[in-house]
Amino acid sequence: MIPPSFDYAAPTTVDEAVGVLRDAGEDAKVIAGGQSLIPLLRLRFAAPSTLVDLGGIAELRQVREDGDALVIGAMVTHASVLRDPLINEHLPLLVSATETVADRQVRHRGTFAGSLAHADPAGDLPAVALVLGASMEVVGPSGRRVVPASEFFVDYLTSVVAPDEVLVAVRVPKQGSWVGAYEKFNRVAQGWALVGVAAMVRRDNGSIAEARVGLTNMGSTPLRATATEQALAGADSREAIGAAAARVAEGTRPSDDLLGSADYRRHLAGVLTRRAVASLS
Amino acid sequence: MTRVSIKVDGVEYEDDVEPRTLLVHHLRERLGKVGTVVGCDTSNCGACTVLMSDADGHQQGVKSCAVLAVQADDREITTIEGLSGPDNTLHPVQRAFHEAHGLQCGFCTPGMIMAAVDLLEENSDPSEQEIREGLEGNLCRCTGYQNIVRAVRAASEEIRRSGGDAEPAAPSPLAGEGHTPDSGLPRQSVPDETIPQPVP
Repeated sequence: MIPPSFDYAAPTTVDEAVGVLRDAGEDAKVIAGGQSLIPLLRLRFAAPSTLVDLGGIAELRQVREDGDALVIGAMVTHASVLRDPLINEHLPLLVSATETVADRQVRHRGTFAGSLAHADPAGDLPAVALVLGASMEVVGPSGRRVVPASEFFVDYLTSVVAPDEVLVAVRVPKQGSWVGAYEKFNRVAQGWALVGVAAMVRRDNGSIAEARVGLTNMGSTPLRATATEQALAGADSREAIGAAAARVAEGTRPSDDLLGSADYRRHLAGVLTRRAVASLS
Repeated sequence: MTRVSIKVDGVEYEDDVEPRTLLVHHLRERLGKVGTVVGCDTSNCGACTVLMSDADGHQQGVKSCAVLAVQADDREITTIEGLSGPDNTLHPVQRAFHEAHGLQCGFCTPGMIMAAVDLLEENSDPSEQEIREGLEGNLCRCTGYQNIVRAVRAASEEIRRSGGDAEPAAPSPLAGEGHTPDSGLPRQSVPDETIPQPVP
């Protein structure tokens, strides 16, 4: 189908983009790679008055090192994440999770920041951003604010980014001694995750000192599985990991739909958590 | 309307487009590049895959139904129609699909070939598994994947043997009557004013 009509703006600076958004009102929408938004436009699930294209803002295509973190600009595509030397060195979990996102063509256009701003609970990268402890740099008419990933996702397809704000960069702490894995279950190669689990652990003398577990598609936002994280601390055997993983769905409310029942998703989450954590030993 | 300047298969086109125009519709309906097809309405099937340069000028495969024509402003596009050489010699990937019978109904073929060209440019010697993963964004509803994978393997061998890469051959900027801009359409049925003129 053909998208509904909209006005189009292609600013070349962030300030200009914010100015356009302020003037255009709350029905304006930011477009980065467009790999989620354009399909929604085509299905007429979205009808923005104005599209503000970030594609012409050169500074947003940068990945830079800032102390113990990397700052990934809003127009950095999944394909750029996969080949960026800094990201490969310091954020291997982000690289391995990005490899599972959609397909080559979509990864060429879609962006890391865009997949966070889209806030689809079935998207792979929100849960990964959560366990990596990422924070989002958001610019609006009243200036710049930084929002931790744990406060960024509000509800299904909803983040804290206001209609007149732009997510300009994602700041991700380097993994350092943390190792991570992303396990995803989907029905077909390019499909959305039925459930995904992002796990990170820091080991000390062979046992797990600390763990973080993020869940994709187990609720209306990406979630941290705190009960499992606490149970994983000190785990030093497959049995202990299995017992901790079995608690991963505690407190979650996964959807119950044609692709799988809520019980099935809870079961999958446990299996994927066990696999992800076990792969990190 | 927004003015866009897009180089398609070696020819510069300047057009006023509605911002909502999808790249694939611009290619097919304005530029007559009907070799690129629309297969699905959900960005799943990959039949509309073309190569598009990124901000650094590097060409990569994209689904042209998931790109707005305005996003392609100042970019360079290669469609299936731009793969063959000026004398209509087939690109090695086209030849391999022909020889290995990498198509059944043929609808997915333009996208499959463009995705394969894109893959081989990054990895000139992909394993069977790498080919299957590399083409995961393209669906063949005849399920002819076995021969498609064989064709891509054969093309990779041919490209490496000939010492060339998967870069498309440069097409002639002044293609003859019946090639561009109206491609396979009978010329008399296309109103003159709808035919964009290549910028010299």
